[in-house]
Amino acid sequence: MELNQLTIHELQKKLKNSETTSVEITEAVFKRIEAVDDKIHSFVTLMKDEAFEEAREADKEIQRGNGGPLTGIPIALKDIMCTKGTRTTCGSHILENFIPPYDSTVVKRLRDAGAVFIGKTNMDEFAMGSSTETSYFGVTKNPWDLEKIPGGSSGGSAAAVAADQCIASLGSDTGGSIRQPAALCGIVGMKPTYGRVSRFGLVAFASSLDQIGPFTKDVEDCAIMLNAIAGYDPNDSTSVHADIPDYTEYVSKSIEGWTVGIPKEYFIEGIDPEVLSAVEAAIKEVEHMGAQCKEISLPHSEYCVAIYYVIAPSEASSNLARYDGVRYGFRSDAGRDLMDMYKMSRSAGFGDEVKRRIMIGTHALSSGYYDAYYKKASQVRTLLRKDFDEAFRTCDAILTPSTPTPAFNIGEKMDDPLQMYLCDVFTISCNLAGIPGISVPCGYTEAGLPIGVQFLTGHFEEGKLIQIASAYEKNATLERRRATI
Amino acid sequence: MEYEPVIGLEVHAQLLTKTKIFCGCSTQFGAAPNSHTCPICIGMPGILPVLNKKVVDYTIKMALATHCNINRENTWARKNYFYPDLPKGYQITQFAEPIAEHGYVDVEMNGGKKRIGITRIHMEEDAGKSIHDEHQPASYVDLNRAGVPLIEIVSEPDIRSAEEGVGYLRRLHEILVYLGICDGNMEEGSFRCDANISLRPKGEEKFGIRAELKNMNSFRHVQRALEYEIKRQQYILESGGEVIQETRLWDDSQGVTHPMRGKEEAHDYRYFPDPDLVSIVVSDEWIEEIKKTIPELPLEKRERFVNTYDIPPYDAVVLTTSRELADFYEETVKNCRKPKIASNWVMGDVLGHLKEDKKDIEGSPVSAVSLAKMINLIEDGTISGKIAKEVFEEMWKTGKEPKKIVEERGLIQITDTGSLENAIDNVLKTNPAQVEEYKQGKEKLFGFFVGQVMKITRGKANPKLVNELLKKKLSAS
Amino acid sequence: MIAECLYIEEDTVLKITKEEVEHVAHLARLNLREDEKEKFTSQLNDILLYMEILNKVDTTGVEPMTHAITLHNAFREDVTKESIGRDLALGNAPDEMGDCFRVPKIIE
Repeated sequence: MELNQLTIHELQKKLKNSETTSVEITEAVFKRIEAVDDKIHSFVTLMKDEAFEEAREADKEIQRGNGGPLTGIPIALKDIMCTKGTRTTCGSHILENFIPPYDSTVVKRLRDAGAVFIGKTNMDEFAMGSSTETSYFGVTKNPWDLEKIPGGSSGGSAAAVAADQCIASLGSDTGGSIRQPAALCGIVGMKPTYGRVSRFGLVAFASSLDQIGPFTKDVEDCAIMLNAIAGYDPNDSTSVHADIPDYTEYVSKSIEGWTVGIPKEYFIEGIDPEVLSAVEAAIKEVEHMGAQCKEISLPHSEYCVAIYYVIAPSEASSNLARYDGVRYGFRSDAGRDLMDMYKMSRSAGFGDEVKRRIMIGTHALSSGYYDAYYKKASQVRTLLRKDFDEAFRTCDAILTPSTPTPAFNIGEKMDDPLQMYLCDVFTISCNLAGIPGISVPCGYTEAGLPIGVQFLTGHFEEGKLIQIASAYEKNATLERRRATI
Repeated sequence: MEYEPVIGLEVHAQLLTKTKIFCGCSTQFGAAPNSHTCPICIGMPGILPVLNKKVVDYTIKMALATHCNINRENTWARKNYFYPDLPKGYQITQFAEPIAEHGYVDVEMNGGKKRIGITRIHMEEDAGKSIHDEHQPASYVDLNRAGVPLIEIVSEPDIRSAEEGVGYLRRLHEILVYLGICDGNMEEGSFRCDANISLRPKGEEKFGIRAELKNMNSFRHVQRALEYEIKRQQYILESGGEVIQETRLWDDSQGVTHPMRGKEEAHDYRYFPDPDLVSIVVSDEWIEEIKKTIPELPLEKRERFVNTYDIPPYDAVVLTTSRELADFYEETVKNCRKPKIASNWVMGDVLGHLKEDKKDIEGSPVSAVSLAKMINLIEDGTISGKIAKEVFEEMWKTGKEPKKIVEERGLIQITDTGSLENAIDNVLKTNPAQVEEYKQGKEKLFGFFVGQVMKITRGKANPKLVNELLKKKLSAS
Repeated sequence: MIAECLYIEEDTVLKITKEEVEHVAHLARLNLREDEKEKFTSQLNDILLYMEILNKVDTTGVEPMTHAITLHNAFREDVTKESIGRDLALGNAPDEMGDCFRVPKIIE
């Protein structure tokens, strides 16, 4: 095994035992990037010089015996998290040259934990998409099949971990943007509870839904990453003041006696049969581990996509108003007056999907439509959340497919936005309710594409989420494969 | 037909916090452009607002002082519009659930009181400043002011004249400054006002079509703009026309209002709850805590001054123009127990000198206690009122205690009959011609003799005594 | 569920007209070419029609959910923090002059 193929916890041991150095790991990672990124295109910006500097610093720390679990570990960041001095594009022309003068809180925390940042990963423009095809910087491809999309919007971060171009990465998840690409790329991806991880420095798409989370090669790594990024941040008013347990303590714990809910609304016609059988097998595995699986109902599930595609674009239309060509970002020189400058800069700076969502959101909030769209969707959201509250009264966790289908072909859904939106049908509810969710690999299609199973738990129960995901990962009789690239 | 104006005022007051409403940048006025900025108030990608608690404290203070109901749970909204000095493309403000509603203030009008309702008070962030180039087709944006905390105070359409409008504004201004939550500086934009004004036939219930007035930068502007606008609308209505609903700018140099030049669009602000900010829950304890910090307000103070000190209402108005001045006056009275004399000195000499020196009462070199001591010296006959003026001058210049000045300069009033008689004899002896004229009936000369006596006693003579003795001597000789 | 999501009745009324798309684009400060207007009108129509399913839900008396988690009173103290300075403030500006961001003239 190459160093870049190992997990955080494996590398941590090697570093501690002086079997390797952070510089060596970083070299392995960049060697891999140079070998495969032409094909996959996980990265928008590489931070090679800074990475080696940080790696050398990390090695010194480890020598002094000071290293923590992430010291010297090469990590990639979705290009939506502000990095002081390194451009942060959000996959958009409008931010092509934007260099933040500050670090986002997660970046600061990982920096403090000794992580080595190797680069910023590709994404759907402003995280709007489910395939990483809407980036101004080109398409990212699935490391398991270069004809397929890696999922999105955090496709670059998912592909980079799947292709061993980094050890772990961070993504952001507004409607499934971590869990869906994790499923399609055969890795672990978690969206924590809303408010668990600071959003400060995360470029906003839909502020009441956005949450940062890790992509890792296994569940233990996920717990290690979560330990580093979770916790109250005074710079984020929506971050929660609560004690953070050591999530690694939930790894390998038994789920015997648990009740796991299987929502019937997530198992209906339209799911790819190979996905369905993989997830049904997962249910059996979970039962085999001593948990009781029972059918439950989340009656408002059918409204998820509609609620989401009102609320997320509404918030986005406001969040993206700041890109006006005045203080930063792209400005068109062709404008004759102020109105022209605004319109030309924004029209040239944003891609179609972003424009589409800005327009949906603007319409949904506009005079005469607010009650019918924004308010209505927010009310149904309340009912949806109640469904989950009800379910978690009797269930320890909920199990669903992560996605309705495995990775689809590049270009397949680009002309049909509604079809694309329906890719998130199983992941959206988690964001709307604010609960945590994780996608873990649960099998492969005949064509060799990965399939994911999603676990959900109640608010702030990431520990239990790690517990069930880890139990499943450790005990399921499942063939482990690496991405074929 | 007789028309009645219906006026509502929207006041924006800048709160006197050290830092901006959602970030730690300084609110100080007059810094170099864009020097008081950070990623948050520039509205950079990824930033989040965190509310300055003092803004809420101050707003609750104002709400309580204006008899508003505090909404125990109130929330933030975004008001969406594009403007170069609005960094995020939206303003964070309160919309559906403001912090305070349904209050009022009483305005003194021609001896009576008029109650003007307050619809709501809400908190919001200010925008930056745009500077327009005279020669180039360009504008410049300075974001120092972006994110400075404001409260907006919206009145009910209860105002019926320009005078009432100005009276209401002065009252709000006074309260804000008294509470110490706004510096009230209109030139620097700390206290701004827009007006909604319409006319309706007297007796009619329904409101007419209104115009919105902006760009009024002083009380005088407001007065003139409202007067002008009342006349303008009256003229339109009387000649059978219709008022257009529009925003008009006051042009003070020409004394007219005119419609905004730029194309005014029908605004659609697309308000919605701000997902980045959580609600504010105001507890009873919080309200009680703020209540304790509210001082006596000017109107109540004025009434108390008239009642307890028995001074004319005019004096009470002057003495309560600021909390500090009122405190100074009360401190003086406390130490001399002569309210009217103290009032005369504070309103006359103290305010006069402050004006000359361009100082506030806090900068007065004469303390209230020293002033009281000086008044006591007059009262106990140590010095005359005239000498007191001289003593006060010296106190103002040097800050010395009045007693010390009197002693050093030997200014103690001469009340000893013997020495005064000597002085009078002296005067009469050296001015025999005048004495003769006086005796022949030129009684005006009496004043001349008094003057002469004062001159040789260097003003220290007790004037009453001089009069008495002089009369006696002149009739005797 | 998915099948239902995609089911759109043929004879339903237009949810948004081309004129409304133009208005919304203007509110959002976007220019649309003629072909884009057509395309967006049709796509937005599909999406808004899909939203119609929300009307199946009776939401009488239901509080709207505006935040994923219910929190209140997140404050900071009134303590000054160092500003970032003009270089960083203006560092990303497309056009600047005299320490200010420069824009085409604003007409009031």
